[in-house]
Amino acid sequence: MRIFAQHPANPTAFMALSERVLPWCLALACASIGVGLYLSFAAPPDYQQGHTAKIMFVHVPSAWLSMFIYALIAGSSFGLLVFRHPLADVSAKAAAPIGAVFTLLALVTGSLWGKPMWGAFWVWDPRLTSVLILFFLYLGLIALRSSIEEEGLAAKLTAVLSLVGIVILPVIKFSVNWNSLHQPASVMRLSAPAIHPSLLTPLLVMAFGMTTLFIAFQLLAMRNEILRRRIKVLRSLAVQDGGPLQPLPG
Amino acid sequence: MDLGAHAAFVWAAYAVVAGALALLGLWLFFDGRRQQRLLNALEARGVRRRSQGESR
Amino acid sequence: MRPFCQLVRREILLAWRDGAAIGVALGFYLIVVTLVPLGVGPDLKLLARIAPGILWIGLLLAALLSLPRMFETDLEDGSLDILASGSLPLEAVAAAKSAAHWVSSAIPLAALSPLAALLLNLDAEAYPVLLASVGVGTPAISFIGSVGAALTLRARRAGVLVALLMLPLFVPTLLFGIEAVTAGSIAAPEFWPAFLILCAISLATLVLGPVAAGAAIRLQLQE
Repeated sequence: MRIFAQHPANPTAFMALSERVLPWCLALACASIGVGLYLSFAAPPDYQQGHTAKIMFVHVPSAWLSMFIYALIAGSSFGLLVFRHPLADVSAKAAAPIGAVFTLLALVTGSLWGKPMWGAFWVWDPRLTSVLILFFLYLGLIALRSSIEEEGLAAKLTAVLSLVGIVILPVIKFSVNWNSLHQPASVMRLSAPAIHPSLLTPLLVMAFGMTTLFIAFQLLAMRNEILRRRIKVLRSLAVQDGGPLQPLPG
Repeated sequence: MDLGAHAAFVWAAYAVVAGALALLGLWLFFDGRRQQRLLNALEARGVRRRSQGESR
Repeated sequence: MRPFCQLVRREILLAWRDGAAIGVALGFYLIVVTLVPLGVGPDLKLLARIAPGILWIGLLLAALLSLPRMFETDLEDGSLDILASGSLPLEAVAAAKSAAHWVSSAIPLAALSPLAALLLNLDAEAYPVLLASVGVGTPAISFIGSVGAALTLRARRAGVLVALLMLPLFVPTLLFGIEAVTAGSIAAPEFWPAFLILCAISLATLVLGPVAAGAAIRLQLQE
């Protein structure tokens, strides 16, 4: 979020800045994920779950990112509707598919963790269920944007939808948690105060690495989107100038 | 390295994450290259944005 | 206040005149409820156990059928522009249309639910609870549904899109509504918390829905 505060609102300035920042961001992400992977596999086995608990080191960061990215989209939407920030819609549009991927990863790793722990690939555990609903919210954002022709209108309507979603999201989590019909067989102690440092450190390093990777992806996706919009503008200018619209390479 | 009784699940989880993130990164990278190529082609044909000044 | 009531009355009259739409929704509800025993088998005890869920889900799906039409016809014949330039703010227009949708679509469905419950062998003690929870929960469907209807006004595939967008938002109402019926049927103490939360959610949507729907319609009309 702090990065955004320093970004000038101008897309051209963003392109210049992100071009410089992106390689470092990517390098930092790879380095920290590398360290995180080493720490993860070197970590001692959990006293309850053995080495299976290592799935936590990719599952929990994915889940955290799935929520963080949605918050980012909601924040961008707010920036679009209230402040008309020029980059706000670019940010929201770029983040949605990436957020959906991380949410899907949280679901898949969660079910791969669930099968040995609870005996089934899918259980209607409150956490899995609310992440599944979050996944549908992402799909809804992508679907709504793709079904509206006019770009500016699509941007604003999608923004409204994401803000409605973020208001409902805590209620959804609360209602799923409150109404869980299925208690997990083994209590995952992540929410308990003390994770042993030998497990906490790999978790935090992996979380940092994956978040940095997301930031790199987000910058890259935003750059692509800015290029896409420039091309659109140029194409319409080319038509206006009266020349026939020749097919472009690739 | 022995990851215990459920090693397959642990490897599978890490593989899925690595694979998905790699695919995502590659897609973003190649999409960016494609957009840049399209942009270069348009600019080579002399189309300019207003902020870059007129071409003719 | 008077323009608001007039708008509500107009919407209800329009809906009643188009009786086929309500009939279709009611028929759809019964069909969904009929399909479930065909699918899971006629075991009455099983059906009684899952009846609250089926009744709520069927009602939700049937109500979704009539949502897209909320603003569509008015957009097509231009009355939406007239409403927008009228004395009522767009949020009030959305609220009026949501209220009318509740009266004209959700209430008939709620009234039909005891009959559907009969098909599913719902416990006798649960019927009053069913009516209470459905009565209290359905406003949320209309008021949140109006947001979906407003967002998908001119979109392609609007009908299915509304379902995809809205179903996650309906989950709290669905869960607490089902919990209220289930707990109420066995006189469990969980009934009151679930029921009160259901009321709270519906009340909240009375505000949130029209605000979001009004904003969406305003954006749509600017194009």
